[in-house]
Amino acid sequence: MTRALAILLAIALTTGGCKREQRDLRTDPPVAAALNDVAVLPGGFGGGIGGALPPVLSVLGYPFDGNAYQLGEGKRLYGGFNCEGCHAQGGGVTGPALTDGWWRYGPDRVSIFVTLRDGRPHGMPAFGGRLTTDQLWQLTGYIRSMGAFLPPSGAPSRNDEMQARPSENRTPAAMPPRMAPSR
Amino acid sequence: MSGALEQDTRDTALPPERLACELARVWRTPPGLLGFIGTVDHKRIAHRYIATAFVFLALGGVLALAMRLQLARPEARLIGPDRYNQIFTMHGATMMFLFAVPVMEAMAVYLVPLMVGTRNIAFPRLNAFSYWIYLAGGILLWAAFAIDMGPDVGWFAYVPLSGPNYGSGKRADIWAQMITFTELAALAVAVEIVVTVLKQRAPGMSLDRIPLFVWSMLVTAFAVIGALPAIMVASTSLILDRLVGTHFYNPSEGGDVLLWQHLFWFFGHPEVYIIFLPAVGMVSTIITTFARRPVFGYLALVLSAISTGVLAFGLWVHHMFATGLPRLGESFFTASSMAIAIPNGVQIFCWLATLALGRPVLRVPMLFVLAFFFTFIIGGMTGVMVASVPLDTQVHDTYFVVAHFHYVLIGGSVFPLIGAVYYWFPKITGRMMSEYVGRWVAGLLFAGFNLTFFPMHILGLIGMPRRVYTYPASLSWGGLNLFVSMSAVVLALGFLLFFVDALRSMRGGAVAGSDPWGAPTLEWATPSPPPSYNFAYIPVVNGLYPLWDDATGVNVATGLRVDRRELIVSSVTEARPEARESSPRNSVWPFWTAIATSVVLIWSIFSPWAVVWGSVPIGIALIGWFWPKATPEDLA
Amino acid sequence: MSSARHRFPYAIVTPLLLAACSGAQSAFTPGSPQSQALRSLFWLMTIVCGVIWLLVMLSLILAIWRRGPAALAGSPQERRATMVVGTCVMATVAVIAALTVVSYAATRRMAEAGAEEPLTIRVRASQWWWEVEYPDTIASHGFITANEIHVPVGRPVRVELEAADVIHSFWVPGIAGKLDTIPGRTNTLTFTARHIGVYRGQCAEFCGLQHAHMALLLVVQDPRGFARWEDVQRTQAVTPSDTEQMRGREVLVSRQCAACHTVRGTMASGRLGPDLTHIGGRAFLAAGLLPVTRGSLAAWVADPQTLKPGNNMPLVPLSPDDLRAVSAYLAALR
Repeated sequence: MTRALAILLAIALTTGGCKREQRDLRTDPPVAAALNDVAVLPGGFGGGIGGALPPVLSVLGYPFDGNAYQLGEGKRLYGGFNCEGCHAQGGGVTGPALTDGWWRYGPDRVSIFVTLRDGRPHGMPAFGGRLTTDQLWQLTGYIRSMGAFLPPSGAPSRNDEMQARPSENRTPAAMPPRMAPSR
Repeated sequence: MSGALEQDTRDTALPPERLACELARVWRTPPGLLGFIGTVDHKRIAHRYIATAFVFLALGGVLALAMRLQLARPEARLIGPDRYNQIFTMHGATMMFLFAVPVMEAMAVYLVPLMVGTRNIAFPRLNAFSYWIYLAGGILLWAAFAIDMGPDVGWFAYVPLSGPNYGSGKRADIWAQMITFTELAALAVAVEIVVTVLKQRAPGMSLDRIPLFVWSMLVTAFAVIGALPAIMVASTSLILDRLVGTHFYNPSEGGDVLLWQHLFWFFGHPEVYIIFLPAVGMVSTIITTFARRPVFGYLALVLSAISTGVLAFGLWVHHMFATGLPRLGESFFTASSMAIAIPNGVQIFCWLATLALGRPVLRVPMLFVLAFFFTFIIGGMTGVMVASVPLDTQVHDTYFVVAHFHYVLIGGSVFPLIGAVYYWFPKITGRMMSEYVGRWVAGLLFAGFNLTFFPMHILGLIGMPRRVYTYPASLSWGGLNLFVSMSAVVLALGFLLFFVDALRSMRGGAVAGSDPWGAPTLEWATPSPPPSYNFAYIPVVNGLYPLWDDATGVNVATGLRVDRRELIVSSVTEARPEARESSPRNSVWPFWTAIATSVVLIWSIFSPWAVVWGSVPIGIALIGWFWPKATPEDLA
Repeated sequence: MSSARHRFPYAIVTPLLLAACSGAQSAFTPGSPQSQALRSLFWLMTIVCGVIWLLVMLSLILAIWRRGPAALAGSPQERRATMVVGTCVMATVAVIAALTVVSYAATRRMAEAGAEEPLTIRVRASQWWWEVEYPDTIASHGFITANEIHVPVGRPVRVELEAADVIHSFWVPGIAGKLDTIPGRTNTLTFTARHIGVYRGQCAEFCGLQHAHMALLLVVQDPRGFARWEDVQRTQAVTPSDTEQMRGREVLVSRQCAACHTVRGTMASGRLGPDLTHIGGRAFLAAGLLPVTRGSLAAWVADPQTLKPGNNMPLVPLSPDDLRAVSAYLAALR
């Protein structure tokens, strides 16, 4: 009986847990190319810029929306590529804040991806030449978790650093659409 | 027969047949599902515990074979690094937390009440709770592994690799929470054993008449109580670091990554002795029975078990010699690690003397004791080597250490355990295991084990580190690894044959009778398998070997009530009877408490609020558990 | 039987000793007084323990084969046994104490440092490679390389060990015992290499997905060879000698490579991955994974995640021509 219970439990968890914990270490070059296939449209999520996601993402099961490994890789890139230099611990210095849940170009995935890839006026550099497409998506996913647009279960925890903000899995859930901060 | 008894009916008032019948009625476990989950009979719970632990042994063994398959050839690509890391973590965690400690405690749950001559273990409902919690922990770990969520940070889970920054997902949390489950279960059993041994011994069983296995378990239980809180603190603070962002292990915020290693090994080293000491008791018991004479140096054996248990807490740093600690501190731990060889030496000499003075009969349990001598002493010798700081810096985290601790754990614990299963199987099931198959099992396990693990010493010395999922062909480790992998199959066959023999003998073995080996201790004074109430009359003990000392039969104490569950509480040192104590009836509440606790523990991996809201069902279950029954508890 | 077993390693070790120059990774390849002291300590302990083991086995066999009735408690045999057991326990205490003292002595001997000013090397362990820095008081004389340490023979070397992420362990068995690299701490390992040769080392503390592929080479050279090597390492990257290499440099600088790797003398100045300024002159790439050849460089760049799954180098899609050019350029970076 206990064995049957165990099997049932395993099946129940498989549907939920699997996707979040899987570690796909390698992206096939054609898939990576297809990940670049975004179309930018106005009027996205929260009134900002939106767009059509690459169709291949649905085939992959949207790994950059909740897969813990992909988000963790995004976090590594955030530190490694010195995003902190401008955005600090998400609080913003020369660049805008990322943890307050209100973003200049909206919280839409496509918008963030395009921001990262092509850069934006007033100092946001283009990372298209420095990161591969799947890395850009990892970073996109991670940045959404900073703004608490992702469920906390897959979001990364604190850094092994001086703590300047609550960790991504402890930020209060965003309630879009948000008002622009008054400052 | 079924006529209701008067209030306060004593066993003296009934004829023996009627007494057995009434005792069976009072102590019985009702059939059906409710009976199954509600039983508090220590024998039935131990049965489950042992069976479950052996299932985990088989699962862990399959993982070991998977690793050997991957390592058989250099640069193999059968198992990728991600899966391999999960597999070796699962192997270690399963063997240590789900097999070794639980199976030893389960043997004690079965045997200690019988050996000290009482009718049930102390706190029987806690015992039931302990099993369910242990099962839940095991299922949690293995279900997680099945869905690619298994921990991949090693059974030691060093931070920062297992910490929030580098261990993405919930894999490390699964490991840490599994610890909470199994350690909760182990602590519960430890408390039961301590109280059973100290307060429920048969009248006359003063401290110097306690069987050696019971002494070993008493020391083990105290070691469990001393060591396991350290790991529960460690794993809980790891979960806190990961979930709510505390900084126990974050150097930038004043934490320390080495703190983890200190806490872990403060538990981890005594853990080895928690697994080994019960085996010492088993060896003493088997040797006494088959040497056909009282054990040589009873006092020395007891004292060396106690001193092993104490010294075990003073040598954890020898797992950390490569971390760059101050040299003076390291020297202290070299000395203490070496010193623990002395009580172990005393034990070995006493056993040898017993054998030399007796007339040893080489039945299957004795074969495993011989295998134990051969392998465990090698493990002890390599243990002396790794206690030396300079040598340890060379062999630490290599296959030399893998070989060393398998010699200690399999040679020192699993061989005696299998011998103990052959020895006590007739008591537990009422049937003998096959003597013929048993010799094959002993031979295969012995040969397979040594062929598998001895070459690992050499692999380690020629530079092969542990926990690698593959290795380059250019380093000429391939030949030995292939040999090891093939030998592992022999070892696996030995275990397979053992399982087959056990399952077959359970139904088809020769009927055993109450004392097939002519053994001297109290568990053989009752039928095999023992009735639910263990003893119709509580025995009275006059010496260390009650069944040898008095050929006419064991004396008994009378005057216990028959209309409810009663046993005798006795004094700690001299075991003078002090009171008639009622023993709890069956209850399903421990099961529900375990379910509620499991829900909280698993939920709290994902949200700290689980601790708040989850305490409500736990509270309800505990109220059910402890609901007062308006019956007086103790009668002096 | 036991002594035959204990001699067994010799059969394996001897060819390895001969093959030391090919980069053996064995505790029996004595490249320094430290590892030599270790080796003699090891054999001493093995022999002592082996003899004791043999004696115990012998007495076990005797105990079982003995014929005659069981000796009762209080009998003369039992009194004799008490004496024997007591003596054995005394002997155990003596042997254990002696081994402890021998171990202390070895520790002391190994800690003795030469009077000479040591060469300081900083090793920073990352997931899953080693950054090696040769600091110098003149900043421009210092340089950074990866996965390969060169030291002059006979001069004391001081290795300062740091961790960039998780705990690793620096272990070159032929030279010295292992020492962990621990976040938030600096550990220091001192040794003097006595024999010219190449010693392989490997991370010895489990550090994640690619713990298995985190090797390094320690090259012990004569002082002049070492000085020459140092001079080469201090220089900037060579300029491409043909158009293919020229194109390779352009690809490296303009594509994702430059974001993580440094090639001194070019625009590539990333610090996340190993310094590539003299990659062509190193023996191995990707922390001991493959020997450096143009072919293996191309294979590595083309698909790092198949060769070393989970490592931090992404698969950068390059055209076949670009790939050829990059590998030609990298192989030329001597």
